Amino acid sequence: MLNQTIPVVLVSSIAFFSVYVTTPFLIKALEKRNLTVKDYNRVGGAMVPRPGGPSIIIGILTSELVLYVFFPTVEIIAILVTTSLAFVVGIIDDRKILGGWFKPVALAVSAIPILLLGAYDSNLAFPLFGSVKIPALYLALIVFMIPITGNTINSIDVLNGVASGFMIIASFALTVSLFIIQNYEIALASLPLGFVSLAFYKYHKFPSRIFPGDSGALTLGAMYGVIAIVGHVEIIAAVALLPAVINSFLFLSSVKRIIEHRAVKSKPVAHTDDFKLMATTDKDAPVTLVRLILAGGSMTEKQIGGVIFKLALFSAALAIITAFMMGLKI
Amino acid sequence: MKGAHIFLFIFVMWILIIIGGGILIVFTAPISIIEYGALDSFFTSGVKAVIAITLVAIWIYILSKIKNWIFHKHLSH
Repeated sequence: MLNQTIPVVLVSSIAFFSVYVTTPFLIKALEKRNLTVKDYNRVGGAMVPRPGGPSIIIGILTSELVLYVFFPTVEIIAILVTTSLAFVVGIIDDRKILGGWFKPVALAVSAIPILLLGAYDSNLAFPLFGSVKIPALYLALIVFMIPITGNTINSIDVLNGVASGFMIIASFALTVSLFIIQNYEIALASLPLGFVSLAFYKYHKFPSRIFPGDSGALTLGAMYGVIAIVGHVEIIAAVALLPAVINSFLFLSSVKRIIEHRAVKSKPVAHTDDFKLMATTDKDAPVTLVRLILAGGSMTEKQIGGVIFKLALFSAALAIITAFMMGLKI
Repeated sequence: MKGAHIFLFIFVMWILIIIGGGILIVFTAPISIIEYGALDSFFTSGVKAVIAITLVAIWIYILSKIKNWIFHKHLSH
């Protein structure tokens, strides 16, 4: 463990500072090119640069490549390739409005390198009961996992700082879990995700100076999914992601089809006179996590973010408990 | 507490994941078809996949019912 201290410090620092340093330049470049979108939840509707994906992918690629020098494993290559492909999918979606099916299908294609590199183990491990070998089903699981994690993170990117803040909590819970189950190499490979999210959160938190866009959210979500697969922590990863999974589950079970959020005509939330957010009474509007939180009364954007982070912390605690339970057998 | 019902829903989801995993391992893992020679692993894998997908469908159904029960007051807003 002691000989891993240098890569831990080096990789974490590179991941954090590359995003911390490049994001202000990206903000200026986006503003210069007029690549901004209106922040509808801000009084006066400020224009915010988007997407922040390029600085996020720079942080991930540089830190993972440095880690590859220390540990030249096929798992790190799988993380690099699939995450990069997810970024490409996101940047295309940032530039062009594409159909609701484009992202899931394109992200499923992004998962193919994991299969080709053989960077997986078809044993699915569950807490308390052990593992089950499901060779055929596991291949399908890989193809579905990346679109699910990518779109799940993308779907909670609705308020200032929520996607990056949520990712900090979920990814560090995953890193701790990987250390608990003694999968040290993948634990190290997961560190950049947390530190990249942490650095980006500095600019994304309320009031946002930049939005991650599809390229940022899909990159973070896809990397989380690859780590879950190559680290054999699929169930733990799903538990840490539960608040975001609930959001997708509520949305899909209310609209009953796969569509882009921007294609939804009836809005789930509206503004009060003092510019707080409140749940709408529109029966056609989709049920979302934010709408459910607001069902108890109107709140500010920052307060809603606080509730989502508490839910994320609760799920992170359950994920870490699940990791401890992996070592127990009934 | 704000969003207490959502914390409850997350906890229920977690319990369902653990129970579902237990069912999958106890009932599915021991299945082994040994009557078709080279196709044995194919059929074994297929049967396991069908059971697992059925379990996921049941999991989503139960979750949907629990969702309506927990969020009944909030969803009827």
